Amino acid sequence: MGNFDKKLEKFWEIFIEHGGYVKVLTGLQNTIYIAVAGLAIGILIGTLIAIIRVSPKSSKLLKVLNSLCGFYVGLFRGTPIVVQLLVAYYVMLPVIGVNIPALQVCVIVFGLNSAAYVSEIMRSGILSVDPGQMEAGRALGLNYRVTMLKVVVPQAVKNIVPTLGNEFISLIKETSVVSFVGAADLYVAFNYIGSNSYEFMVPYLVMAIIYIALVAIAALIIRQLERSLRKSDRRH
Amino acid sequence: MIDVINLKKTYGKLDVLKGITTSIKQGEKIAIIGPSGSGKSTFLRCLNLMEEPTSGSIIFGGQDITDRKVDINVHRRQMGMVFQHFNLFNNKTVLENIMLAPVYLGLRDLRGLKWRNRFIQLRNLFRREKQPLHPIQKSKAQIKTEARETALRLLKRIGLEDKANVYPSTLSGGQKQRIAIVRALAMNPKVMLFDEPTSALDPEMVGEVLDLIKQLADEGMTMVIVTHEMGFAREVATRVLFMNEGNILEDDAPERIFTNPKHPRTQEFLSKVL
Repeated sequence: MGNFDKKLEKFWEIFIEHGGYVKVLTGLQNTIYIAVAGLAIGILIGTLIAIIRVSPKSSKLLKVLNSLCGFYVGLFRGTPIVVQLLVAYYVMLPVIGVNIPALQVCVIVFGLNSAAYVSEIMRSGILSVDPGQMEAGRALGLNYRVTMLKVVVPQAVKNIVPTLGNEFISLIKETSVVSFVGAADLYVAFNYIGSNSYEFMVPYLVMAIIYIALVAIAALIIRQLERSLRKSDRRH
Repeated sequence: MIDVINLKKTYGKLDVLKGITTSIKQGEKIAIIGPSGSGKSTFLRCLNLMEEPTSGSIIFGGQDITDRKVDINVHRRQMGMVFQHFNLFNNKTVLENIMLAPVYLGLRDLRGLKWRNRFIQLRNLFRREKQPLHPIQKSKAQIKTEARETALRLLKRIGLEDKANVYPSTLSGGQKQRIAIVRALAMNPKVMLFDEPTSALDPEMVGEVLDLIKQLADEGMTMVIVTHEMGFAREVATRVLFMNEGNILEDDAPERIFTNPKHPRTQEFLSKVL
């Protein structure tokens, strides 16, 4: 293992003296930014899609919207996120003719991608609430929207939080592909260290450890959130 | 009070209701009995449009509520409904369950009134003859305290005031159903619809729920009950409808139906269940 010591030394040299840590911190920041902002966009759009997809198809407009949402979900679940990134950055942007930084494009694509998954999570969460709850609200003279908002959705959220947490964790991990369009994430940072020291073993090992730590922290936050939701419930 | 005219309901090719015509008068207590699959529950659920009828009319308060233009929510407030599986809101305490609809609707009506007043005030600026404003009887706080008082009074009536702040999951079936009944009563309905209110209860809890329904009946509440409790139907109902295969086969006073049923199908059914 004498060899390993040397490798560690080399890594340390680049990491500290050649400003590798700045790149790593930037990469970490971008990774977290893309995952959090992506999930936020995903929850916003995903909730909207879920509500459209579970509402009764009483009008033509709703029917059209519903099939559009179905198409959207199929599209984003049917292609790998790398392909979506490449198409967005190298096809959509030049065609539209706007210039958006790669990081912003990543946030948008990750947001749109997770919206498809979040909408399915929300939809099954809403459908898992006993239909009798909706009936009881409607029988009291409350309309669909109010019953949904005050009775069904609060119960659905409780079912949704753990699965949404999973989605967040997989988002964190999936951000490792953003270098395909030139955004600087953890992979880019450690790749930089590796190519400068001609030694990839330690950088990639450290990268793996950072990902594990990130996911562990995320899991901890999710568990706390679940617990506080259960507490506000005061059910025994 | 409710007139049902040639009510039909089909699911695909299945005719669940085959043209029901009847009327429910103020103060009547109607028990609907019959074998399962005869359309009893569907008929009851059509009365407040929980199921949308395929054709026919339901006249309530002088309006055909099957008309798409009618705001069904306004009418549903006057028709309390009690379900087989209670359907208390799981995310709300007992008190919140009872107060939710009265408070929400009260506040919304208040908001609507205030907006209309603002428009009248605005238009009054340009009018020589000023139009009077809509009187506002209750403030926001009053609506809330009144709903709270009503809820607590109703809970006291069923002896569950100590359960006001617990969640439904901690209650027994009988308690849940009694709370579901007073939740409907909190809206001051003109008629109560009961959909097999005791079918999901443990036998020892059936009594407490039936007692409460009987009290309401004695107070003169108009009610329609789908039930399998023949003894109860006989004791409380002023009229019994026997349904079979989507039709009302017999419609008569309970003593006549239970002692001297005319239709052979009624005789057969009663001989099995009595």
